[in-house]
Amino acid sequence: MWDGNLATVIVVTSGKGGVGKTTTSASFATGLAQRGYRTVVIDFDVGLRNLDLIMGCERRVVYDFINIINGEANLNQALIRDKRVENLHVLPASQTRDKEALTKEGVERVLNELRQNFEYIVCDSPAGIERGALMALYFADEALVVTNPEVSSVRDSDRILGILASRSRRAEQGEAPVKEHLVLARYAPERADRGDMLSVEDVLEILGIPLLGVIPESSTVLQSSNAGVPVILEDGSDAGAAYGDLVDRFLGKNLPHRFITTQKKGFLKRLFGGG
Amino acid sequence: MLLRSPRFAAEPAPPFELKGSLFTLTVLHLFQLDRVAIERHLAWKVKQAPSFFNNTPVVIDLEDLAEPPHKPDEMDFNGLYELLRGHGMAPVGVRNGSPELQAVARQAGLPLLPDNRSTGATRKPERSELAPIRSRIVNHPVRSGQQVYAPDGDLIVLGTVSAGAEVIADGNIHIYGALRGRALAGVKGDVETRIFCQSLEAELISIAGRYRISEQINLDPAERGKAMQVHLVDDRLVIDHLAR
Ligand SMILES: Nc1ncnc2c1ncn2[C@@H]1O[C@H](COP(=O)(O)OP(=O)(O)O)[C@@H](O)[C@H]1O
Ligand SMILES: [Mg+2]
Repeated sequence: MWDGNLATVIVVTSGKGGVGKTTTSASFATGLAQRGYRTVVIDFDVGLRNLDLIMGCERRVVYDFINIINGEANLNQALIRDKRVENLHVLPASQTRDKEALTKEGVERVLNELRQNFEYIVCDSPAGIERGALMALYFADEALVVTNPEVSSVRDSDRILGILASRSRRAEQGEAPVKEHLVLARYAPERADRGDMLSVEDVLEILGIPLLGVIPESSTVLQSSNAGVPVILEDGSDAGAAYGDLVDRFLGKNLPHRFITTQKKGFLKRLFGGG
Repeated sequence: MLLRSPRFAAEPAPPFELKGSLFTLTVLHLFQLDRVAIERHLAWKVKQAPSFFNNTPVVIDLEDLAEPPHKPDEMDFNGLYELLRGHGMAPVGVRNGSPELQAVARQAGLPLLPDNRSTGATRKPERSELAPIRSRIVNHPVRSGQQVYAPDGDLIVLGTVSAGAEVIADGNIHIYGALRGRALAGVKGDVETRIFCQSLEAELISIAGRYRISEQINLDPAERGKAMQVHLVDDRLVIDHLAR
């Protein structure tokens, strides 16, 4: 029998806004569930509420995360079961309530209850380093740090990595550190080659954490979010395929990185192992 | 009743609060009062590092003034103030000098700042021979927004110091990774301390209060990724390759 204590809490975070956290949370959680894992994805962006739109379940929201924390509803009432993918649930954020409602005790209580029923708990963090973002990462076991190939985004991710290493529960309790994964989103190889953007190599050199996936800049992302479909479910989408690879890699498969064509010598070898 | 009156009940938060804080300030050690010489040297300094002289607060130190004016009120602090302002410096006060000179400075709006001897750079701090020197070892990279301080000893970082991060030690600083942020060694004034790193891409390096900002470091890009050390030679910061 599966032991609830083995549930893994994964925060999707970045520091900066608009880099692709919610897009990544939706596809990552969907991919885990597609592969048979009981997965819940929680929207920590109190006041904005984006995740349910991208997951296409906004019309089915009755209760939200804050209702649960305040004891105004129970989890079964608030969890939304995905209609397309088995094993997948969404816990939406409140659009109206203020962020102060996200207390450490409240979040911990909800996560502990979710641990009894789910194997993966994915936390979609808001931007910034305020309460919502700190609460989303506090209980994390692993972190997907989403970065765009530009200096300010990389700097903010660096800052978030510092916070993960010093202010997460694991850091405070002196446990093994939060496992860090880099997700380089909105990558356009041509622009990196032209020097308009940082290259994969540049970002890896600055952040120095393992690369979990490179998601190409793709018009299919906006189309699918408008349609309320996580892009990983979109056949023929390059970004969707990249998210598929990312999930497989997260689960331990050794796959080469696609969508990063670059001419630099020695670089591919470094990236694909062997060094 | 007084407290119940609406005026008091609705009293807004106070408009300000006073708090002590420590700053690292640039000190201008004045050797002579020759206006032309000062101006010429200032112009040269500004040319060396234009961005440094961008409203940079400075303290005027009067201790090494070779020939202080016979009558203190002959000292033209207003003129000096204007001269410095005109070159992108913002004088905030004076240090040392005779009490008479200090009084004239005060009249010109330049308060006296305490002479904090413990940060005097040329003096070597005494260290009890028996007291062990403690090192602080940091097992992870120091990220943007983080600050690490090793009081009383060396700081050893097993990783990169990111842009926007700051590492500080009373002793030496050893970085087994790239230095992209700020590193300040010997902050209590030990001029013998050094900074070691695997690649020097720093925003600021400082030893015993002598410092350089990134554009004054000016390393050839080809030097990136090479192990370097920073130390003081005759009171000047020197950057060297680490001999293999
Ligand atoms: N790989 C991508 N290609 C193109 N657009 C993207 C990609 N990832 C995200 N976007 C777009 O960027 C915007 C912000 O994405 P979102 O996931 O909401 O970011 P965050 O949650 O970090 O604020 C959205 O309009 C989204 O469609
Ligand atoms: Mg979002």
